[in-house]
Amino acid sequence: MSLLEVEDLAIHFGGVKAVDGVSFTVEEGEVFSIIGPNGAGKSTIFNLISRFYRPTRGRIRFDGQDITGLAAHQIAPLGIARTFQNIELFDHSTVLDNLLMGRHTHRRTNFVQDILFLPKVRREERAHRQRVEEVIEFLELEHYREKMIAGLPYGVRKVVEIGRALSIGPKLILLDEPASGLSVEESEEVAFWIEDMRRDMGLTVLMVEHDMGLVTQVSDRVLAVANGQPLAMGTAAEVQDDPHVKAAYLGTPEEDAA
Amino acid sequence: MRFVFKTSYDRDIDLHKDGWSRARIALLVVIFALLPFAVGDYYLAEAANTLIWALAGMGLMILVGHTGLPSLGHAAFLAIGAYTDAALMNAGLPFLVSFPLAGLAAGVFGAIVAIPAVRMSGIYLAIATLALFVIVEEMVIILEPITGGVGGIFAPSIEIAGIGFDRYANLANFYWLVLAIVVAVTWCYANLLRSPTGRSFLAVRDSEVSARALGINVTATRALSFGLSAGVTGLAGGLMGHFIGFFNYEAFSIFISINLLLVVTIGGLGFIQGAFFGAILITAVPQLLAILRDGLGGWGVDISAIPGLDTAIFSLILIGFIVYEPAGLYGRYLKIKAYFTLFPLARRDMFRRNKTYVKTERMR
Ligand SMILES: Nc1ncnc2c1ncn2[C@@H]1O[C@H](COP(=O)(O)OP(=O)(O)O)[C@@H](O)[C@H]1O
Ligand SMILES: [Mg+2]
Repeated sequence: MSLLEVEDLAIHFGGVKAVDGVSFTVEEGEVFSIIGPNGAGKSTIFNLISRFYRPTRGRIRFDGQDITGLAAHQIAPLGIARTFQNIELFDHSTVLDNLLMGRHTHRRTNFVQDILFLPKVRREERAHRQRVEEVIEFLELEHYREKMIAGLPYGVRKVVEIGRALSIGPKLILLDEPASGLSVEESEEVAFWIEDMRRDMGLTVLMVEHDMGLVTQVSDRVLAVANGQPLAMGTAAEVQDDPHVKAAYLGTPEEDAA
Repeated sequence: MRFVFKTSYDRDIDLHKDGWSRARIALLVVIFALLPFAVGDYYLAEAANTLIWALAGMGLMILVGHTGLPSLGHAAFLAIGAYTDAALMNAGLPFLVSFPLAGLAAGVFGAIVAIPAVRMSGIYLAIATLALFVIVEEMVIILEPITGGVGGIFAPSIEIAGIGFDRYANLANFYWLVLAIVVAVTWCYANLLRSPTGRSFLAVRDSEVSARALGINVTATRALSFGLSAGVTGLAGGLMGHFIGFFNYEAFSIFISINLLLVVTIGGLGFIQGAFFGAILITAVPQLLAILRDGLGGWGVDISAIPGLDTAIFSLILIGFIVYEPAGLYGRYLKIKAYFTLFPLARRDMFRRNKTYVKTERMR
């Protein structure tokens, strides 16, 4: 059984068929990438899996469970974490607090215990902190721990967002253009982290990315989409050689990530 | 400059980063506790009033400052607190029972009405809270047997274990009672902010999409915040009733709601301290204006001859604050403090606002 099964997924916004009949499966421990020109519907696929959007048609199954009918906040507790193409952090909190907010699905205290700060709350806080520190160490964020998000450079924010997703302790992580806007060195770092996530943390990665170098380096399989429809699936090399894919990219000259 | 060296996670979990910060709060509480020995009845009553406003301000701060939701109806929760407490005491319950129940009544009412309301956003929610206020006001008038209707109601004298805490007969005791309640609520509020519940409020405030992606139920979180906010404001209402002594629905007008909003915005949104700074300003300015009026009267200038002039001056001061100190009084305090702790390294551009880039609107 595959970890994630997407079956004939479609969503139409009025006349716009943002996603129109996309099917794929992601196996446990795999790095699966989705590529395609801007406006192809890649982020919309993520938003459908996150349950931000309700599909017009199709099914999404995770770990054998149909998640098509769940609410957005019921997705993270299953072990699905995500980042956003346009960074969505809590700007007025520190890096540490942003990561701690990623521990929400693991909270074991209620608001009354929290308000009285009973010993259990302190014990839990220590445990959350320990987990978050592991993430900080993994992503080398020590230097930024106490810094407010609002003052951080773009590249660091992208990393913090990955860190917040990892703090959930997910099985599957959805990365929406993790390398867009990053320098070459920073992109290489992202490639290492993705490989470590898979190897050391046993994570499954579903990624949207334009940087074909990165996609080729880390992905087991690649799905190309255009105009909401699947074009080709296979290894990075196979997909890049596919005539439909070539046509799609030539037909829509690639711009910078929108 | 002072550095804090951290040796364990507990350092960050503790309310105070070091002994110095703890000592400063302790000193502040002691100064407040000794106030009855230092000032006369008039100013002591004013101080009690300021503390009650700070309590109400903390209630609204939870909602506006830490969850990012507006409310134009918080006077309603003050009213619910005041009437519940007075009515239960009139029915024979002691203050120690009626007072928590007053907070609970306001809190539960707030949470229940919040569940449908918090699905709205921005201006719509503000209007809904305004409607809530009007409904509560009408209810107060209709429920005459309990509330005294238009005529009003007496808040009975407080007595705990045979000791009187009457606002007039034992003003110092009343003041200490208010202080103890304010200290307790402040402690709870600080705990909230360092716990998962408080973090979920901030998450909902700063990015609703992210909050949902992290598994936070936005509607439930907002309703909880609304309930806690209403509950704390209800407690303040209970005390306010005793402070005023005899009140009717007019004591909790829409202007009280607006003054409360001013307390939190002028004090500094998103800081507990802001509620205190704001409460001091909002209660002190009318006093200062009264002193000014008397002073000018001595010079032969009578500003009370022009109706509404002191209200206009009051408003101008408030507008000035909103325009020139958008981070509030507490924000100004932080800047001054940073200037001195970093002296002589402080730079003028240190507090310039960082440009934050545009987030996607598509997800909203
Ligand atoms: N909420 C929405 N309402 C209307 N149109 C949308 C919405 N979300 C996405 N779209 C449209 O769907 C298409 C795919 O968008 P998107 O998934 O963001 O593309 P990308 O592949 O670049 O991530 C675009 O034409 C976009 O305008
Ligand atoms: Mg996209």
